[in-house]
Amino acid sequence: MSLLQVENLRTVFDTRQGAVVAVDGVDLSLAAGRTLAVVGESGCGKSALALSLMRLLAHPGRVAGGRVLLEDEDLLALSPAKMRARRGSRVAMVFQEPMTSLNPVHTVGAQIMEAMRAHDRSLSKSDLRDAAISALARVRIPSPERRFDDHPHRLSGGMRQRVMIAMALACQPRLLIADEPTTALDVTVQAQILDLLRDIQAETGMGLLLITHDLGVVAETADEVAVMYAGRVVERASATDLFADPQHPYTIGLLGSIPRMDLETPRLPTIEGSVPPPFAWPPGCRFAPRCAFADAACEVAPPPLAMLAPGHEVACIYAPVDA
Amino acid sequence: MLRHAAERIALALPVLLGVVLVGFLLMQVVPTDPAIVRAGPNATIDIVEAIRRDLGLDQPLHVQFGLYMWRLVQGDLGVSIINNVPVSQELGATIGPTLELMFAALIWSIPLGIGMGTLSAYLRGSWLDRLIMAISVGGVSVPVFFVGLLLIWFVGFQWQWLPFTGRQGPLWTLQGLRGVALPAITLGGVFIGPVARMTRTAVLEVLSADHVRTARAKGLTETAVVLHHALRNALIPVVTLIGLQIGFLLGGAVVTETVFSWPGVGRLAVGAITSSDFPMAQGTIIVLSGGFIIVNLIVDLLYGVLDPRVRGA
Repeated sequence: MSLLQVENLRTVFDTRQGAVVAVDGVDLSLAAGRTLAVVGESGCGKSALALSLMRLLAHPGRVAGGRVLLEDEDLLALSPAKMRARRGSRVAMVFQEPMTSLNPVHTVGAQIMEAMRAHDRSLSKSDLRDAAISALARVRIPSPERRFDDHPHRLSGGMRQRVMIAMALACQPRLLIADEPTTALDVTVQAQILDLLRDIQAETGMGLLLITHDLGVVAETADEVAVMYAGRVVERASATDLFADPQHPYTIGLLGSIPRMDLETPRLPTIEGSVPPPFAWPPGCRFAPRCAFADAACEVAPPPLAMLAPGHEVACIYAPVDA
Repeated sequence: MLRHAAERIALALPVLLGVVLVGFLLMQVVPTDPAIVRAGPNATIDIVEAIRRDLGLDQPLHVQFGLYMWRLVQGDLGVSIINNVPVSQELGATIGPTLELMFAALIWSIPLGIGMGTLSAYLRGSWLDRLIMAISVGGVSVPVFFVGLLLIWFVGFQWQWLPFTGRQGPLWTLQGLRGVALPAITLGGVFIGPVARMTRTAVLEVLSADHVRTARAKGLTETAVVLHHALRNALIPVVTLIGLQIGFLLGGAVVTETVFSWPGVGRLAVGAITSSDFPMAQGTIIVLSGGFIIVNLIVDLLYGVLDPRVRGA
């Protein structure tokens, strides 16, 4: 049984010009204790996807359809009060910007205690304090008793992201959604944070949904990968398969854009053009305008995900390609 | 924190000095001769000249100012040229009622304004939000004296619910409370509008901040998010703006005290100015501006309490 099952999720933003689709029929599945990475360029809809799962989309965004099953409970069907009770306790989230994601006027400790108290009113003040300090210790913050009383501005970016993680994990959620958790951090700190997430996952068996644009992060942490392009998943595979045998031209392009030390290339290959905004999506395959293999057949309808091999799905009418 | 406070106090002193100087110079530009006022309408030229010498008005300006400052630092604000009462004595008698009125006006209007603004931000776009904002705009636009006159006419005169002339007693007695009610409603009433608007804007801004999304992601109730995160952070700009608005409130106090015959510094100032009582007017200016400076000092220090980033700096 999977921990998280996303079915045909659609997210739209209501604008004066009508509803703009940001996430267009996405299916995902994630088992407990596993890591699913959702990869894509800026503007492909991955953050909208993450916020949709949490039901935290800010106006004018809204989920227009689909199901989000967390341990067989459809989060999208819950009342707002019930959904609130799930946030933090069953599904938690870590955001991209550690510098602005913590409230500057409350101490780190107070913010962690608040997360715990929101789900368990019976805890005493001293219980909360002890639990918050051990939460800080768990994310390997040195001298947590002292950091407990610090305000966020006293901490570095990496430390703040650790606090964010401590806060997200305070109530032992089954699923952690991490939206670009390391993007704002420098590379050595990035590696530490990813290690930390992996260790905690091994300890608790929680599922980790990792939203990232960084294939290095994917290679390091993910078990499964879903590649998103213009609101749709274009390829789904295990991380090993995806890196060894990418099938969608977009995935191939993405992997080709990673700098490599072992090859002498005069220029780093890039994918020409950029992700079209939702209102300019072509009727057929959305990658077709940038795709080297595209022809008239690609412009008819968006290709559905088709299974190539067990656990490997691609949305391209010309897959599989011969390597 | 202490250093922050000391710095602020040190900065307030030159401002106060500037106020005294400007007040002093203002009195010089007024085309009324204090010696003539003092002497009365039937005095001869000789008497006027004698009084001029007596008051030191024949000295050059800088000497006059020096003398004034010298007395001022000794706590001597001079003597009224109308009735010979020491200015400090009059100020001492009126400052209490003014503080009382300000307190009575602010104690209900600031919490109400902040509450209305927060509710408005929380229910943004609803009819209640629009109603609150309409009331606020009304509050900002209607002049103080008009509110005062309406209250006097209806509540005080027609319906005879509350007294409307002067102070009835200390604030802690029922009589005193009844007496301060109408002036406090008038003065506080004009304050609610700006406070509500500022609070709404500040809360809305914080509500779109990243850390509010974090708070929601933790599973906090919307009430907790609004009160504990949005409002708490919004208080930083709101307190600053309230401090600035208190200057206008002082102006409002002058009008309110006059309308309600409230025996405060504001009414004293108006009386002194209309009767060309120069030392008295100068004294009230110093007290009112001093009040403004002190309020801003308090706001500055509050800022340190509300915002840990300022405290640490």
